[in-house]
Amino acid sequence: MLLLEKDPLNVIITGVGGQGNVLASQILGQMLVQKGYVVTIGETYGASQRGGSVMSHLRISHKDQFSPLIPQGLCDLVVGLEPVEALRVLGPYGNPGVLMIVNTRPIHPIDVISGDAQYPDLEQVLKEIRSLSRRLWTVQATDMALEMGDPLFSNIIMLGALSATGILPLEREDLERILGELFPPERIPANLEAYDKGREAVQEYSP
Amino acid sequence: MSLIAKDAPGQQVLLMGNEAIARGAVEAGVKVCAAYPGNPSSEIIGSLAQVGEDLGIYVEWSVNEKVALEISAAASFAGLRGLTAMKQNGLNVASDFLLNLNLSGTKGGLVVVVCDDPSALSSSNEEDSRAYAKLGDLPLLEPSTFQEAKDMTKWAFELSEELGIPCMLRSVTRVSHARGNVKLGEIPKDVREPHFDTTHPIIPLPVAWTHRSLHDKLAKCRERFETSSFNIYQGPEKPELLVVTCGSSWLYVREAVHNLGLEDRVGVVKLGTTWPLPGDFLRRHLKRAARILFVEEVDPFLEENVKAFCAENGDELGMKTFLGKASGDMPDIGEMNPDIVTETLKRIFRVSYEPRPSEYAQNATQIALQHAPMRQLGFCAGCPHRATYWAVKNALAMDGRDGFVLGDIGCYTLGIAPAGFSQVKTFHAMGSGTGLANGFGQLERFGFHQPIIAVCGDSTFYHAAVPALINAQYNRADFLMLILDNSATSMTGFQPHPGTGRTAMGQEAPVVDIEGLCRALGAHVEAVDPFQVTETTHTIYRLLQKGKGLRVLVVRRECALVRGKREGKLFQVRVDQQRCIGIDCGCNRLCTRVFKCPGLVWDPETGKARVDEAICTGCGVCAEICPSSAIIKEVA
Repeated sequence: MLLLEKDPLNVIITGVGGQGNVLASQILGQMLVQKGYVVTIGETYGASQRGGSVMSHLRISHKDQFSPLIPQGLCDLVVGLEPVEALRVLGPYGNPGVLMIVNTRPIHPIDVISGDAQYPDLEQVLKEIRSLSRRLWTVQATDMALEMGDPLFSNIIMLGALSATGILPLEREDLERILGELFPPERIPANLEAYDKGREAVQEYSP
Repeated sequence: MSLIAKDAPGQQVLLMGNEAIARGAVEAGVKVCAAYPGNPSSEIIGSLAQVGEDLGIYVEWSVNEKVALEISAAASFAGLRGLTAMKQNGLNVASDFLLNLNLSGTKGGLVVVVCDDPSALSSSNEEDSRAYAKLGDLPLLEPSTFQEAKDMTKWAFELSEELGIPCMLRSVTRVSHARGNVKLGEIPKDVREPHFDTTHPIIPLPVAWTHRSLHDKLAKCRERFETSSFNIYQGPEKPELLVVTCGSSWLYVREAVHNLGLEDRVGVVKLGTTWPLPGDFLRRHLKRAARILFVEEVDPFLEENVKAFCAENGDELGMKTFLGKASGDMPDIGEMNPDIVTETLKRIFRVSYEPRPSEYAQNATQIALQHAPMRQLGFCAGCPHRATYWAVKNALAMDGRDGFVLGDIGCYTLGIAPAGFSQVKTFHAMGSGTGLANGFGQLERFGFHQPIIAVCGDSTFYHAAVPALINAQYNRADFLMLILDNSATSMTGFQPHPGTGRTAMGQEAPVVDIEGLCRALGAHVEAVDPFQVTETTHTIYRLLQKGKGLRVLVVRRECALVRGKREGKLFQVRVDQQRCIGIDCGCNRLCTRVFKCPGLVWDPETGKARVDEAICTGCGVCAEICPSSAIIKEVA
């Protein structure tokens, strides 16, 4: 158990438009509100469906409504749905104490696809993330989601992975209740399965 | 069940700012809600539409913002409560009616929600809608938190009904598109009978009387604002600096003051009622300090109005030093954030603050810059617009007369970017490509010979392009109109429109036929499927060459995201690694270097293209462009 008692606790969920970033932050936020926390989420998704970087800022507090934007340098935890997006947020928001959970599957930007830019070596990206953080966990969330038949499960897999680290007080029953409010009943079992798989699959990174 | 409709007074829930506004309207007993989608406002009507039937509320997506306001106003004229919501650009469209409605007055509570988008995160412009409240002498409320977004909306209905004028509520992206705790209130059960009093016409005349009456209503409004709990002061009795702020900026100010340890030196006046200014409230707090800092988004609205107030009350308030946008202490464009406020306060108070070791900051910034390639915006995998612009690019090249495309607002605006092969050369407001094409289409008499293509989406067609097309037919403007019909308002969240055959509340609706409407104007009309790339290219080329008058080509293919949600992949697509000759092919990587669909990636290890199955939506268009026929599509 690694429950962080900082107030506010600042979390960034980052990824690429279309990965389900906004939904993941909404579910995580609702799980915490059920636990009695005051939560603020700022979402940057003007271009979320169109290949841009997408970030959600979560401020988790026992007492106060904080602003929807985390001040620079004050992020405590990054949930990276894509590796270079996880690295990118450390530029403005990282600090030596930050904790990282990263989905290792790259999504190539258009400039990489066209050959105008290079996607860095994955192992190099993970090493750099580790060098700029306190701890790093990795999950092959997209690969697992594809095995389950839909890449969109990767965000719930990442929430499962997050719950296994014990950084936040996340409980499966809370998730089940929230999924019941968001989804039709037939979609709930697969999402719970994705959550469980994420819990099992998360690994602490060692270079 | 949606939280908007949850009958659980006192319960704490997590709501998006836009949902909180919707919930506030529900708690006020709203009966009619109408809007045209536009981010960051779209979820207000979107969430109300989901609960409309259960709660007995009529909710519609209207054809544009002016019509939407008129629909809500009709409810008000009949004694019911009405709401409309729009983004800043939408208010420009609705303003013609609004600036008559202020004079004619209203009956049932009427709330006009405007969601501004500072820094234009999802907009074509940056605009401060608060100017309209002053221009129209209308009450203006600005929520800072999600709870306030709900509570203020409810109060806005009461205020509007008491005063007999529309009440404006101005939100911003960081309220509307953010989420936070909201304590739910009661949902009223009362029923009102709508009735229009035919003995009292609702008109803005005689202006000398109605304008006078409007000013009297605003004076009464100011009295209400004086005692509003949405205006607060936090800080010491006599601070060294007084910050005047509103909206989400208040949260940034609070946090910056706390992080810098300035709680004993800085006082904060947070205004929730920003027009008309609550003079007595302000007078009490402006006395506290000689130095005033204004923190707000976008324009210096409070700054200029409070300065004028200080000048009027100079005898009592004394000399002040004003810090803000005019003095250069705050940026005069863009959205605020905690870091901007922190920097300003650091400079004013000459205090030091280091949230993280500077060595780490430098290191992290440099590593992120070096290893994280930028992501420019592109069309989604399988987007019909990519195929359309591919055809446009090739047709214009075949035509060879330096033709170009005039665009407007929608996903297809990305035609300006490499993702759309940089074909679009102008974009401004909804429908403006068509209007500009009318103008270009008259220039031949001066020796202008470049062919003109205007593009507009299906939703934009109904919103603003139809009058321009009527004009084109009437005045014989010479251009080719492409209507990119993807059967959804995709940019803002796939809302239905008059072409989709269903309403906001999910009922079946008659389809307003685009081709039929254009034919009725007398235009030459054809239709193509953009996924038939070769046919589309040749059709565009032929219509360009045909010349003279208004030609309309409807380019129809459903949005890939809408189709994907319903049906999954159209085709299984793969790259045959034997047939793909990779870098040795004379195509120079046509599929990835030029076509650039995110579903196709270049594998540097094999030197060949391959499909990223996590991204590909199976449209199969790339199979048609590969010169080696190496991309294989098989029915999924």
